[in-house]
Amino acid sequence: MNKKNKIKIVVNGKVLIVNLKFSLKNLIEKLKAPTNKIAIELNEEIVDKKKLNKIFLKNKDKIEIVHFIGGG
Amino acid sequence: MRLDLLKIANKKFKSRLIVGTGKYKSMLECSKAIQISGAEIVTVAVRRVNISDRSKPVLMDYIDPKKTMYLPNTAGCFTSKEALRTLRLAREIGGWKIVKLEVLGDKKNLFPDMIETLKSTEVLTKEGFQVMVYCNDDPLMCKRLENSGASAIMPLAAPIGSGLGIQNVTNIKILRKQTKVPLIIDAGIGQASDAVQAMELGCDAVLINTAIAKAKNPFQMAESMKYAVISGRKSFLSGRITPNLQGSPSTTKKGII
Repeated sequence: MNKKNKIKIVVNGKVLIVNLKFSLKNLIEKLKAPTNKIAIELNEEIVDKKKLNKIFLKNKDKIEIVHFIGGG
Repeated sequence: MRLDLLKIANKKFKSRLIVGTGKYKSMLECSKAIQISGAEIVTVAVRRVNISDRSKPVLMDYIDPKKTMYLPNTAGCFTSKEALRTLRLAREIGGWKIVKLEVLGDKKNLFPDMIETLKSTEVLTKEGFQVMVYCNDDPLMCKRLENSGASAIMPLAAPIGSGLGIQNVTNIKILRKQTKVPLIIDAGIGQASDAVQAMELGCDAVLINTAIAKAKNPFQMAESMKYAVISGRKSFLSGRITPNLQGSPSTTKKGII
């Protein structure tokens, strides 16, 4: 494995290693997360879900993917 | 008879019972209890998606947000910053603008931090949110929330999940007099009579989670709370008789033998 072509990202607190030029859209597809049921933050900034394919991830990027769960 | 509807932020609802979706044994139990309760609004929380196991069931598969209004809540937030972040994310999930703000201040009794709550209400209102605010029952703080643009004032009856019922009836009566937006008792309800009392005091609605979810029979309790809220509301609207320490016979003396 060529490490030069890989980057480390943190998704919901877990480290993932992905290829360079990996977009947020690629990530959401890889995780099979339905975009109409989630919200995404990249380094604490909310991401416009329509622009996922235009955002490419960088080394050490922190991504949060959230959804609704039961609560009071 | 004219329909007696609950109006929150220009939306109309037939049911005056709002229920939480936490603490149930399963999502199936939760969705069934909600259905029985007749609630049209349910509170939901925002949490991380489980990225390692995507086979786990998700709330939206059990409770259809098109049929039941989701009310995103900031449960578990202890600072204004956390609460704002949570509600901005909630809005992003699918356009939710009516939200429930809850900024806690004490880990043991879960009382709200009213300073942080007020700050958050001001920011959220400016950002176009319609904010229903969980708060303590202090009339001065509640007035300030209302003046800051809160869409509903939601004082606690007692600590969250305590089931103690309304502890400060006098404050709730004062709040009823002064509050122009919907007044909703949130937290502390334990049994049906507590919900009846809240509605008889003139509250516009009641929010219940633990009392239903943790009852031995949640379905029966959901039904009981449904009727309690209806009963209390009708009693409030009917104009009760003036309490009197003297007796007053129900039967006329005329024609007595």
